[in-house]
Amino acid sequence: MSNLSRDDVAHVAMLARIQLEDHELDRLAGQLDQIVDWVGQVNEVAAADVPPMSHPLPLVNVTRPDEVRPSLTAEQALANAPDAEDGRFGVPRILDEE
Amino acid sequence: MTDATTGSGTSPRDLTRLTAVRMADGLAAGEFTSVELTQAHLDRIERLNPALNAFLLVDADGALAAARAVDEARTAGEELPRLAGVPVAVKDIACTQGLTTTAGSRMLEHFVPPYDATIVTRLRDARMPILGKTNMDEFAMGSSTEHSAFGPTRNPWDLERIPGGSGGGSSAAVAAFLAPLAIGSDTGGSIRQPAAVTGTVGTKPTYGGVSRYGVIALASSLDQIGPCARTVVDAALLHEVLAGHDPLDSTSIDAPVPPVVAAATGTRDLTGLRVGVVKEISGKGFQPGVLTRFQEALDHLRALGAEIVEVSCPHFVYAMAAYYLILPSEASSNLARYDAMRYGLRVAPDGSPSAEQVMATSRDAGFGDEVKRRIILGTYALSSGYYDAYYGQAQKVRTLIADDFRAAFEQADVLVSPTAPTTAFRIGDKMEDPMAMYLNDIATIPANLAGIPGMSIPSGLADEDGLPAGIQLLAPAMEDQRLYAVGAALEARLAQEQGGPVIDRLPEVPETAPEPGRHTAAGTTQEGTA
Repeated sequence: MSNLSRDDVAHVAMLARIQLEDHELDRLAGQLDQIVDWVGQVNEVAAADVPPMSHPLPLVNVTRPDEVRPSLTAEQALANAPDAEDGRFGVPRILDEE
Repeated sequence: MTDATTGSGTSPRDLTRLTAVRMADGLAAGEFTSVELTQAHLDRIERLNPALNAFLLVDADGALAAARAVDEARTAGEELPRLAGVPVAVKDIACTQGLTTTAGSRMLEHFVPPYDATIVTRLRDARMPILGKTNMDEFAMGSSTEHSAFGPTRNPWDLERIPGGSGGGSSAAVAAFLAPLAIGSDTGGSIRQPAAVTGTVGTKPTYGGVSRYGVIALASSLDQIGPCARTVVDAALLHEVLAGHDPLDSTSIDAPVPPVVAAATGTRDLTGLRVGVVKEISGKGFQPGVLTRFQEALDHLRALGAEIVEVSCPHFVYAMAAYYLILPSEASSNLARYDAMRYGLRVAPDGSPSAEQVMATSRDAGFGDEVKRRIILGTYALSSGYYDAYYGQAQKVRTLIADDFRAAFEQADVLVSPTAPTTAFRIGDKMEDPMAMYLNDIATIPANLAGIPGMSIPSGLADEDGLPAGIQLLAPAMEDQRLYAVGAALEARLAQEQGGPVIDRLPEVPETAPEPGRHTAAGTTQEGTA
C-alpha cells in the first residue's frame, strides 16, 4: 500500500521550501514511501493513555536576568550574508510581481 | 591502563602514539614541548589526511600559536590545566570563530562563525591547541560519513571501509593517531558507533551534561556533545573539560559534573556490580564476530566480580521507528533556518524570483539527499492530519522506552550491548538503501531517546574480517561515572587478555586511497542520473 505518492512528496517538499527536480522526485518518492510505511509501526503500540515525552529533562521556563550584554556588531552579523546593503540584509522581493 | 608508546617498530620520539595522559605528563615534565607535540600531529595529518579525508580544515597556524603560548606559560612557571598543550580535533558541527564551519554541507561551505561554541571556548580555556575541523555526515545525518558534501572519510583500518558516522572524521583522526582527542556529537549514536568501528572510545554524556551553545542543531531533544579518545581515562579527561552548566544553553543541567576522571582512575574491582544485558539489542541481526567479542567481554566482567543479569526492554523494538519520526520532525524545524537570506548558500533562479523561490532553489542546491529525505519526512510527520499518528504517537513510544530503562536500572547498575550490529561496512554498500543505513544505530538510539549516558569501548577484532567491534555501556542519567569505572576496568582486563589494546593492532595506514568507490563518484555529481 502506498502511503505517500510522488505528488504528495512534491507537495510536502514545497511546504519545506525545497524545489526538488524531477529526477530527485523519482528517486526520493519511493524511498520516502517505504520509510513512512516503516515508521508507521509506532501505531502498533497501544499507548492511548501514555503521556507524550517531548524532552528528556523536566525543565520549565529557564530564563536569565534581563540585562544588556555585548552582542555582535552589525558588521559581524552581516559578514556571512549573501547580500547586504546599508547595514541591512539584502533579500529578493517578498511580494508578487503584479 | 597502558600508557607507554604503543605499537612495535615506532620511534620512541613518535609523539603521536602516546595517550593523552602520557602527553600531558610529558609536557608537564618538560620531556617535549607542545609545539613539538602539535607539529608531530600536523606532520602526520599532512601525510595521511589526503587518503583519510578526516579533516575538512587544518588550522596549523592557530594550533601552533596556541602551543607556543602554552610552552611560554609553562616556562614562566604558570600553573596550567591538566591537558594544556595537548592538541584536539573538533567536529565541524561546532562553531569556531574565524574558522569555516560547514557541518559537512554545501549550504555552509563558506560560513565563518562570528563566535565560538561554548565547548570550543572550554577547549581554549583548557589551553588545548585546536588542530582543525573534522568531517561528518551532512548536518550529522548518517552512520558512515558518506553523506558529507566534501567526500567520505575512510576508515584507517581499511581505506575501502566507512569510519562510522556521523562523526567519522573525529573517529578516524583519533584511530589513525592524527589527534589524541576529538569532539563528537551524538544524536542517535554518532559518537559511539564511529568509536566501535574504528577501535576507539567514545562517550555520549547525559543529555544536558555538555553545553550545545554554538553547536549546529540537528534534533534538539536528542543532540549531545562528547569526547572521542583512544583510552577511557583520556575520554574522561576531555569529558571534564567539556561538561558543566552553561547559562547560554537553556537545556544545560545546573548540577555538579559527574566525577568521571576519578571513576576512570579508580578501582578495577567490580565486585557487587550488576551488569544487565539488554536482550532486545544483543542478538538478532548482529554479526557473529561482534557477538563473540561481546560474549567474551561479559565473561571478563564476570571475572572482575560483576554479576551478569538479562534484562528485557520490550519497547526497544519500536525505538528505531520512533526515532525516525522524532529526529526528522525536529530537524525539519531546526533546518528551516537555512533560508538563504542571512547566511549560507543563495542560489537564485533566472528572472525576478521571489524570496520564496530563492529559498526553495537554494535549499535544493545546498542540501544533499539524506538531508532532503529527513526534512521532507519530518515536515510530513508534523503536518496537519498526520501529527497524531506519527509525531504524537512517537512521543508516547518515547515515554515507554524511558520507562523500560527505568525498570532495567532497577535490576542492573549498568546495561551493556554490542555498540553496532556489524564491523565497518564498505564505502558505497548502503548508500542506495537508507533503511539499511538506519539499522546501524539500532543499539545506540534508545539512550538518546531517554537522555541517558552511553559509552563505546573496543571489545576486540571480529574473527571473520579482523575489524574492530565495540561494546556499549549505558547508565542512568547523571551517573556518567559508572560508564568510566566499568569501561576502564574492562579496558584494562581486555588489554591484558588480548595482549595489548585493540588500537595497537592498527595496520600501517597507506598514504594513498584506493580508487574512488561508487559513492565518491556519485557524491560529487549531484545532478547525475538517478
